[in-house]
Amino acid sequence: MKLNERSVAHYATCDSPADHSGFLRKRVERHHHHAHHYGTSYQRRWFVLKGNLLFYFEERESREPMGLVVLEGCTVELCEAAEEFAFAIRFDDAGARAYVLVADGHAAMEAWVKALSRASFDYMRLVVRELEKQLEEACKSLAACRKSPRRSSSSGRKRHLSNPALLPLQEKPAILENGYSTWGSGGCAPGGAACPEHDEGQAKPPPLPPRRRSATGSVTGSPAPSLSPAMLESPVSPDTICFSKLHNWYGQEIVVLRQEWQERQKRGHL
Amino acid sequence: MRYNERELLSLARQPAEKAAEIRMSVPKKGSVLKKRLVKLVVNFLFYFRTDEAEPIGALLLEHCRITKEEENVFSISFIEEPERKYCFECASEEQCQEWVEALKRASYEFLRRSLIFYRNEIQKMTGKDPLEQYGISEEARFQLGTHRQ
Repeated sequence: MKLNERSVAHYATCDSPADHSGFLRKRVERHHHHAHHYGTSYQRRWFVLKGNLLFYFEERESREPMGLVVLEGCTVELCEAAEEFAFAIRFDDAGARAYVLVADGHAAMEAWVKALSRASFDYMRLVVRELEKQLEEACKSLAACRKSPRRSSSSGRKRHLSNPALLPLQEKPAILENGYSTWGSGGCAPGGAACPEHDEGQAKPPPLPPRRRSATGSVTGSPAPSLSPAMLESPVSPDTICFSKLHNWYGQEIVVLRQEWQERQKRGHL
Repeated sequence: MRYNERELLSLARQPAEKAAEIRMSVPKKGSVLKKRLVKLVVNFLFYFRTDEAEPIGALLLEHCRITKEEENVFSISFIEEPERKYCFECASEEQCQEWVEALKRASYEFLRRSLIFYRNEIQKMTGKDPLEQYGISEEARFQLGTHRQ
């Protein structure tokens, strides 16, 4: 299969900043016919991570990369090698070889494992879509705050929530499940007007909506330890229709909570 | 340059963000437009002969320029060789526009810029850093102003 190698090499060596770089020792797999085992030797190479691409150079000053590891559909884990500070990049594809790399020390190893496990395009896309949604929520709650909270649950606010026209940021709307449970502390500015209707910390988080299988398949990289489990499972679907359904679904929940809050307010319980 | 071709081939088999039969030409002398199955997966554009399971080739879509050419046609070129163009002739102007939009957003660098933008906007609006919950707020690659294209 052809690859636009010249352009790829240019991308590797151009001055766009690398996400991570450093020396690593790379295990060389050599099969000894007689001994029926893999001899292990390591070669020190200069590694450069850019996006979902891990390049390695013979020397730090080399003009061209020796090789490239595309980091989609892989997991990164510490490994039980004879070497200290070793970790492996393994692919979902069963027959594929793993890349075993050895760092200079514990901190370097940790930094590499962290950077590599979050390097996939899929992961990045997940985070961006999540932030897109958060920004939309922040906009909505900011707008809701501006309307007087003393007003009874009017059609104005209901309309506000379920009005798809208020989703200007979504050109390709995406679903992420469990949007509320992850950020229980609410979306309004802590310093600014506190929006009572977003005090999700007190209210229980809504149950997970029905899962949707992603159209983009399951090329998921190794989950970063600090991602909540729900985020890891959440597929992303660019289906517009589904987004409005999910949106309305959450919208109904909000409306109910807001009504409850308003009732409590009227009765002077707050 | 060595690369993990096996994984790239596996990636080519994944469900695509976008796929279509499009007539395509490569920047080689005497190259003509040929019908190909063109498939966008993450930041790679794979192209197949329409009846084959393995792609003929892959284009990494970083540091590339997507240009709308004449009617129904767009091209992909790379910044270090702007005159070498991969040309794509779509079935309609609408299809052409869709592909141009999709390909412009297909790079990892584009995603990174989006992330930095949203992070900054959310921070301005809510006073909170949305990346903290992921434990990646300190990573250099997500900092505002670190990356310039």
